Amino acid sequence: MLDDEKKPLVQVKNLKMHFPIYRGILKRQVGAVKAVDGISFDVFEGETLGLVGESGCGKSTVGRCVLRLYEVTEGSIDIDGTNIATLSGAELRAKRPQMQMIFQDPQASLNPRMTVGSIISEPLDEHKNMSKDEKREKVGELMDAVGLARRFADRYPHEFSGGQRQRIGIARALALNPKFIVCDEPIAALDVSIQAQVVNLLEDLQEKFGLTYLFISHDLSMVRHLATRVAVMYLGRLVELGDSETLYMTPKHPYTQALLSAVPHPDPAQAGNIDRVILEGDVPSPANPPPGCTFSTRCPRAQPICKQDSPEWTEIGEGHFAACHFIE
Amino acid sequence: MRDQSATVLDVANLKTVFNTRDGEVHAVNDVSFYLKPGELLGIVGESGSGKSVTMMSLLKLLPMPPAEIRSGTIEFDGRDIREVSDKELRQIRGGEIGFIFQDPMTSLNPVFTVGFQLIEPLRVHMGMSKKQARARAAELLELVGIPDAPARLKDFPHQFSGGMRQRVMIAIALACDPKVLIADEPTTALDVTIQAQILELVKELRQKLGMAIIWITHDLGVIAEIADRVAVMYAGQIVEHAEVKELFANPQHPYTRALLETLPRMGEARAERLPSIDGQPPNLDHAPTHCEFAPRCKHAFDRCRVENPQRRNVTPAHDVACFWDAKAGGPIDA
Ligand SMILES: Nc1ncnc2c1ncn2[C@@H]1O[C@H](COP(=O)(O)OP(=O)(O)OP(=O)(O)O)[C@@H](O)[C@H]1O
Ligand SMILES: Nc1ncnc2c1ncn2[C@@H]1O[C@H](COP(=O)(O)OP(=O)(O)OP(=O)(O)O)[C@@H](O)[C@H]1O
Ligand code: SF4
Ligand code: SF4
Ligand SMILES: [Mg+2]
Ligand SMILES: [Mg+2]
Repeated sequence: MLDDEKKPLVQVKNLKMHFPIYRGILKRQVGAVKAVDGISFDVFEGETLGLVGESGCGKSTVGRCVLRLYEVTEGSIDIDGTNIATLSGAELRAKRPQMQMIFQDPQASLNPRMTVGSIISEPLDEHKNMSKDEKREKVGELMDAVGLARRFADRYPHEFSGGQRQRIGIARALALNPKFIVCDEPIAALDVSIQAQVVNLLEDLQEKFGLTYLFISHDLSMVRHLATRVAVMYLGRLVELGDSETLYMTPKHPYTQALLSAVPHPDPAQAGNIDRVILEGDVPSPANPPPGCTFSTRCPRAQPICKQDSPEWTEIGEGHFAACHFIE
Repeated sequence: MRDQSATVLDVANLKTVFNTRDGEVHAVNDVSFYLKPGELLGIVGESGSGKSVTMMSLLKLLPMPPAEIRSGTIEFDGRDIREVSDKELRQIRGGEIGFIFQDPMTSLNPVFTVGFQLIEPLRVHMGMSKKQARARAAELLELVGIPDAPARLKDFPHQFSGGMRQRVMIAIALACDPKVLIADEPTTALDVTIQAQILELVKELRQKLGMAIIWITHDLGVIAEIADRVAVMYAGQIVEHAEVKELFANPQHPYTRALLETLPRMGEARAERLPSIDGQPPNLDHAPTHCEFAPRCKHAFDRCRVENPQRRNVTPAHDVACFWDAKAGGPIDA
């Protein structure tokens, strides 16, 4: 599906993020949470790459690493040709306006002592030379765009509803016309109509400015709508990646198949009779992942070899990758 | 509108107003609903329509001022929560009524371990020993699908993922076998598989303990699956209320209909543009004097702009606050 002219804006190679575990009074390191354990992917210029997977599988950690909000354990992250994993402080600051993040936890990412107007305009103060009036107008436009009334500009974050706060974070991320945005569950707390409004906005901006998105979400129907390609993650690793339609119509990895079968139906008349693959067993801990294929403890297709050998990440169709010994 | 059998929670004519620097915000306008044991009431509505403020008002969890509960009664298990002593209120909160907040990071205390935050209510409300409480805490974390649960009791909230924090909140709310569980967007950060696991758990507790639940969500798929009845909120009011099948099959209020029309459906081909409801959200700086949905409503007529519609029955178990008769396709009799 991908034309050869498409060039990657973001190239992630063998990314690892391990959080050390300390125990005991001496706080000795006794292990590590392997939140992200060796993943590689590209994000092409102007596309939306969806990143999906169970809660706790490492999606937010990937998003934070890609913008270097964490010091990564291993691997490289090229954005526009520069490996940001090794950039120094000043170089990184110069790069920051181009890459933004919409955070999963809106409350925790908004300064409670600043008005919404100043939260949204703060990046403008830092990186742009704008007059007061220009700034006010820009803030107003951003608030319109995310469906917040302009008269709310002088209110503080706690005076908003959950969904309104989420939209403040979106307006702020858009302020500097970034090139690349990591959207971490950006619409999770919004009603369907406002979700649609925000998604339409993200698409409009993409069309107008050629924006590139890494879109993290557990909402599989929204990812299908928005994403050009989709990457599926399980326990710190990618298990499948492909063109969005191919992946949804013909998922190849047993985990992707299970994930897609579990989507609830917005129709109570249907709710009872859906063919679900319910995954047995618990999600293993990323501090102690199973040997071989990490999905082998829950996989309905697992064979003895799966518990020993880790499956290779292979191209199984054009631009379609998966890691499984028994792809149908 | 009223069912005569016993209710565990009965809220009547609740009004909550914020007194802010630039005047009043009428967040909850004359809201009434009831809940029977073992039942699940779903609440849906536009972002900012007053869902969270309604639930926070029930347990007096809003800072007053600026919040003010201007009127209403909140009958829980034979008592009016507005009248009970502070001591009794503390017993109810986190004991008889479990509460899952919309924003887990603000309700989990960042300086205490997750274990402490689970064990504390078990000791206070259930009178467990330290050892019993620790075992129960690990069991609860396991029930909500946290891997390696006993070891993770020692971790702090920031060491958990967004969805795991939400599940910790669920575990805390369920810890004391509450009579009523109020869950405010409890699964927004959860993927479908874990959500399914939580929904199963909730079903089980309803059957086993007769726990009654209020479940706020924007996810109509979840509502379709678990709710018995649904209330739809707009501009601080309940504009429609019905049994779940009836609501989906036979929506009356133009807002409910628009909401159902905007729903993306998994099986269908990709729409170029997602449909959304046109127009501005309502301004809450006044108590409603007319239908607040009128500027966005395609059926609006003169009466809608001068009078605020009250809830009226469509069938004995289905009511709507609207002057338009969806079945007849014309205004109702004045
Ligand atoms: N402290 C406050 N001061 C002033 N207004 C407030 C305050 N808290 C909430 N509001 C307003 O009250 C209204 C209702 O808020 P509430 O949080 O109940 O909405 P909600 O229905 O839960 O929305 P969401 O789906 O986005 O969570 C909102 O319009 C909000 O802006
Ligand atoms: N600062 C940290 N210290 C230790 N462990 C962490 C830290 N941050 C995340 N983790 C762990 O890393 C794993 C991945 O977390 P992450 O937040 O990336 O998951 P996620 O896929 O975004 O999940 P969700 O969908 O629930 O938001 C989890 O097991 C989590 O407990
Ligand atoms: S490698 Fe084996 S265990 Fe892993 S997904 Fe494939 S079949 Fe299942
Ligand atoms: S009362 Fe009038 S304006 Fe309001 S929803 Fe009904 S028809 Fe529309
Ligand atoms: Mg996350
Ligand atoms: Mg809310």
